Amino acid sequence: MLKPVDILMVGVGGQGTILASKVTAAAARAVGYDIKMSEIHGMAQRGGSVVTQLRLGEKVYSPLISEGEADIILAFEQLEALRWLPYLKPGGAIIINNQQIYPVPVLAGAAEYPAGIIEQIKDRVADVQVLDALKTAVECGNAKAANVVLLGALAKKLPIEETTWREALAATVPPRFLEVNNAAFTAGFNFGAGC
Amino acid sequence: MKELLTGNAAIARGAYEYGVTLAAGYPGTPSTEILENLSKYRDVYCEWAPNEKVALEVGIGAAMAGARALVTMKHVGVNVAADPLFTAAYTGVNGGLVLVSADDPGMHSSQNEQDNRYYARFAKVAMLEPSDSQEAKDMVGLGLSISEEFDIPVMLRITTRVAHSQSMVELGEPGSREIKPYCKDVKKNLMVPAFGRLRRVSLAERMDRLAAYSEQSPVNFVIEGDNKVGVITSGISYQLVREVLPGASVLKLGMTNPLPLNMIKKFAARVEKLYVVEELEPYLEEQIRMLGIEVVGKELFPVTGEFDQGLVRRKFAEAGVLPAQAREQNPAAGLPQAPPRPPVLCPGCPHRGVFYTLQQLKLTVTGDIGCYTLGGLPPLEGIDTCVCMGASIGMAHGIDKAVPDLKGRTVAVIGDSTFLHSGITGLLNAVYNNSDITVIILDNRTTAMTGHQDHPATGRTLMGREAPEVDLTMLCRSLGVKRVEVVDPLDMARVKEVIQAEAAAPGPSVIIARRPCALIKREARSAVTVDQENCKGCKMCLKLSCPAISVADKKASVNANLCVGCNLCVQVCKTGAMKGGSADA
Ligand code: SF4
Ligand code: SF4
Repeated sequence: MLKPVDILMVGVGGQGTILASKVTAAAARAVGYDIKMSEIHGMAQRGGSVVTQLRLGEKVYSPLISEGEADIILAFEQLEALRWLPYLKPGGAIIINNQQIYPVPVLAGAAEYPAGIIEQIKDRVADVQVLDALKTAVECGNAKAANVVLLGALAKKLPIEETTWREALAATVPPRFLEVNNAAFTAGFNFGAGC
Repeated sequence: MKELLTGNAAIARGAYEYGVTLAAGYPGTPSTEILENLSKYRDVYCEWAPNEKVALEVGIGAAMAGARALVTMKHVGVNVAADPLFTAAYTGVNGGLVLVSADDPGMHSSQNEQDNRYYARFAKVAMLEPSDSQEAKDMVGLGLSISEEFDIPVMLRITTRVAHSQSMVELGEPGSREIKPYCKDVKKNLMVPAFGRLRRVSLAERMDRLAAYSEQSPVNFVIEGDNKVGVITSGISYQLVREVLPGASVLKLGMTNPLPLNMIKKFAARVEKLYVVEELEPYLEEQIRMLGIEVVGKELFPVTGEFDQGLVRRKFAEAGVLPAQAREQNPAAGLPQAPPRPPVLCPGCPHRGVFYTLQQLKLTVTGDIGCYTLGGLPPLEGIDTCVCMGASIGMAHGIDKAVPDLKGRTVAVIGDSTFLHSGITGLLNAVYNNSDITVIILDNRTTAMTGHQDHPATGRTLMGREAPEVDLTMLCRSLGVKRVEVVDPLDMARVKEVIQAEAAAPGPSVIIARRPCALIKREARSAVTVDQENCKGCKMCLKLSCPAISVADKKASVNANLCVGCNLCVQVCKTGAMKGGSADA
């Protein structure tokens, strides 16, 4: 019996959430999960909120995750972690990239970027993991691999073998970027140990 | 072999497997990826038409002549294509014709959330509604055969969550692309009144036969369960119901026009309490009620927005079908509200400066549909209205004719793709009826908002062939516009000068603001730098709404990773603090 898992990946357009969800889906498929995945990317422009809902189970009906239902939230940005927090299940886990990307209302001075998001989430949620995925990715050789650092951290929480993840990653990213992505994945997977 | 596909990719696969010869459409979220995927198979001829009406007419022609055809559009596109649709129901087809209508409950990317299921009933065409990607693919095949067997167009109605959700699909082998023989038959295909009357009678007969088919169609079926609660549902709502009420009896309707009325009656008779779960309008509910059956529908479920299982669960708890839910503590309770992150025009977007200028000049601006609709949001606020594709020009003309105070102060803005979609006739009207309006065509050389599709002025087709490029200047002149100016929208002084001159000039004027979308043509320019000495913190640059610029502690800064060096902020800054990027880097 495969354990059902509902994962919400949230971030800002251009952060590479789509690649992360693709690899996760491929790894989940390899171990026999039924999968439904829903993406809202809206318009072509960059900079809006993006969310991918990924549901794994023996048999999945709805492609959506409702408030209070996500087992894991993978947040690519702090403000998006805050925005989607109501979707976390009691006892669920949240992985947060500590990057801050100011939305236009904040840039324009019409709104404030809330201070202390991570501390406040930590006050309320037991399982919080905070990464500096951007810095780690740069250390691994390419800032663009920040999404794969986060993917590594997510992988650790799912009942899927590491080798399966590696294969899914290799099948998804272009060969010339595989090395840096493998390093980024390792860094996320062994979070804390560095690159 | 199974693959994880979006509903849109599955529909494309279905068209490929089930012998579609021709596919046409106009881009519109959430339908666009169907043709983008299908065109990759190369065996199926695919095209972007300038608008949905033309796309459907292309499909009708192909089908009448004996080929299987697929036509795709978003829900509001069907409004544009409604004229041919209604009469195609009379003529019928020869090769199968499937029209995909991609509805958008919740308006993720649309100006309204109309429920196009009513179109099927109104136009009297068959309708299928898939609830996941496998069904989406299968129903392309089923739709084509129903279309041929019953001589009727078939509408395949999907919603955003079917179009853009991925689920497993069993792939099949592509069948042959046969073309049925074409026989000239004016009594069937030439809809003059005398023949139209014959086909009207035939249509009624065909609908009767379809209703009988619907009773036995494999896509309408019952899931046996507890008879205390019965649910009738279709589309994505079916998945939500299965999730929330795994033990209930469910009548799943895959064919929703015509409905299997006997099946519904039988199902209603065997359950104690009947519910209908459907997004948007009470389409199923009204027809069930017309059978004299008592049913709970919209008194419980909202008529607006998109559903998820949380909502369906809550509503069934309210109705006492599920135990009342303990209120889980919300982990976000007491946290500050996250400020919104609305989509914005990209850094370097060629439209930005035009909206900045329009707002500065305090003109009345009718807008249209595209990325540039974002130019109406703060802080740019350069547009007053957005109604439908092409509306900007007609509306500007109406204002010009009716309200003397706004005469000479009214400007229409419309994108290149939208202008070719349905702006040309509006402009023709403005010329014919001697308008004083100014029309600004924001010519970014693509259909940007839906993900950069080609159109008749880009010089390329959906299949990647070279095509003649419409010359917009000549087109406007040939419609009778005497004053046509082409400007570079990044040259703000010139943009302002030209808009002022053309707004003041009598008669209709057209300004073509031409520069490719920043995402398709990256200029190799270095980022702007800010001279901290000179920056007075006046925030003028923020009015451009560029995501690369921020002001903190009374000093502007530019994010060099985002800035593409368009130099608009350099032109806006009054103290010379913004130092322009050079055209090298
Ligand atoms: S996609 Fe192109 S047209 Fe649309 S906002 Fe970005 S730069 Fe502008
Ligand atoms: S910061 Fe200035 S130059 Fe750079 S993209 Fe924005 S407006 Fe253009």
